[in-house]
Amino acid sequence: MRVESGLLYTQNHEWLKVEGDKAYIGITDYAQEHLGDIVFVELPEVDAEFDAEDSIAVVESVKAVSSVYTPVGCTIVEVNEELESSPELLNEDCYTNWIAVVEITDKSGLDELMNAEEYEAFCAEQE
Amino acid sequence: MSKLIFEKHVPFSNSFSLPPCEVPEVVEIPEALQRKEKLSLPEVSEVETIRHFTELSRKAYGVDSGFYPLGSCTMKYNPKIDEWAARLPGFANIHPYQPEETVQGALELMYEMEKMCCEIAGMDRFTLQPAAGAHGEMTGVMIIKAYHKKRGDEKRTKILVPDSAHGTNPATANVVGYDVVEVKSNDRGLVDIEDLKAKMSDEVAGLMLTNPNTLGLFEEEIVKIASIVHEGGGLLYYDGANLNAIMGVCRPGDMGFDIVHLNLHKTFGTPHGGGGPGSGPVGVKAFLAEFLPVPVVEKKGDKYVLDYDRPESIGKVKNFYGNFGVVVKAYTYIKSLGRDGLKDVAYNAVLNANYLRHHLSQYYNVPYNRLCKHEFIANSKFQHDKNGITTMDIAKRLLDYGYHPPTVYFPLIVHEAIMIEPTETETKERLDDFIKAMADIAREAEEEPEKVKNAPHTTVVKRIDEVGAARNPIVKWEEE
Repeated sequence: MRVESGLLYTQNHEWLKVEGDKAYIGITDYAQEHLGDIVFVELPEVDAEFDAEDSIAVVESVKAVSSVYTPVGCTIVEVNEELESSPELLNEDCYTNWIAVVEITDKSGLDELMNAEEYEAFCAEQE
Repeated sequence: MSKLIFEKHVPFSNSFSLPPCEVPEVVEIPEALQRKEKLSLPEVSEVETIRHFTELSRKAYGVDSGFYPLGSCTMKYNPKIDEWAARLPGFANIHPYQPEETVQGALELMYEMEKMCCEIAGMDRFTLQPAAGAHGEMTGVMIIKAYHKKRGDEKRTKILVPDSAHGTNPATANVVGYDVVEVKSNDRGLVDIEDLKAKMSDEVAGLMLTNPNTLGLFEEEIVKIASIVHEGGGLLYYDGANLNAIMGVCRPGDMGFDIVHLNLHKTFGTPHGGGGPGSGPVGVKAFLAEFLPVPVVEKKGDKYVLDYDRPESIGKVKNFYGNFGVVVKAYTYIKSLGRDGLKDVAYNAVLNANYLRHHLSQYYNVPYNRLCKHEFIANSKFQHDKNGITTMDIAKRLLDYGYHPPTVYFPLIVHEAIMIEPTETETKERLDDFIKAMADIAREAEEEPEKVKNAPHTTVVKRIDEVGAARNPIVKWEEE
């Protein structure tokens, strides 16, 4: 399982790359591996506003349908439309292929996120 | 693989010569609405048509052909006496628009069925209208909404659902317009009481719960769960999917549930495969009875009548009176088993599941390996750690042994889950055969892993490309 350093991680297996007020959100290698072949991604609308813990996207594999949650309050700035026609990109490289770029409107959730080492330990515990 | 009937098309092979029309033809369909091109229907001779569908029917697999341990679905045997009852002319040949006085027997059956459902579930009133389980859920959650609305308590916008719930629970809450909030399970596979307390608030309309839950485990803290939800002003909804485990032994109403749906096509032995059709009666405690769909059957003197005069009703949820034929079959099932028989159903369903759990845990990892109810969860951990064999591989290999595989990859909280529900109608000999097949597959997984990874080998179609089917579905036949 691959964990990329420099990213922040949630217990729901999303990753965040924070750049100032913006953040890229995607799913982790642990998530894509457990979901198996991803066949559909439902993206949010640009400008949609979300509270922390809200579901911003849905990822569907042959095994399960799973929500992608935002750990911070945010507004959607950009979505990765390529995922609509090529959902398998999340299987191929989940750290390059982000799901959405958001503007963070409530930072409080950031404190609870894990760094790469903490996340790796967290995943080991889940197995 | 069989050809589609479209691919068996032979021009003029199914020609009819009809006598000339004896009355003048009147075409009232406006020109603009008339079809211009010919209907694309295959022409196949009568005998070839019969052969086509007979061939397909021989490839079908059902409870009447073999063991079907599809967890959560309660694929029990469907007693044939139920079919006899539903085909009695007084039930089969009546019309829903017939005057009430000419269908008194049918109404009496519905009235008595409601009484029996109340007794079994511990509820005060029932509607027989919903057509299946998820439809029952929708009816139930609409009643929850109507209840809060009537009280002017409209800030309740959330429904709590455990992370082990059937997927239909969050889907139902969503369809009725609620936001879904997930309640976590604890390390024993039961509702995490602290998490429930943290999530219960004056914004929560209710909790949807299955008991026993989808892990086949009884929610031991159900009384506490009910009081947390009730003290917070919410209602408790019982998903009846797993009632087979407790029928006649304990009752959702006594556990504190306010609304219940029953699956007649699971628990009460009516056919389930091939679309059933199903039937999902919904029961409520007396304080919610005014919201039930119309009509309900009432008894006035010695006459049965359909009562539509219920101003607080959520309305109709299905045309006419539900799937009446299914209700007749379930009524017959209950009457033929009786009170003690229903209890024996639950006892034997639990005994069979525990017998399988005990024996299969020698070969497979069983994450919650303690006394279960009607079903249990295993997974492929041992086989995966050793040779990379997944639950899907094991399920596919079972096809070669002539079994319908159990439910796989559900519930989501167990990695690589395989969910096994034998039901009460299987004999010990049949269960022993299944154990042997599963033991053989475990041995193959160790000694000949490729055989399992490439299964099935003996079926009409081999391993299906599920990813290709999901990413590039071809949903209809088209002329090339």
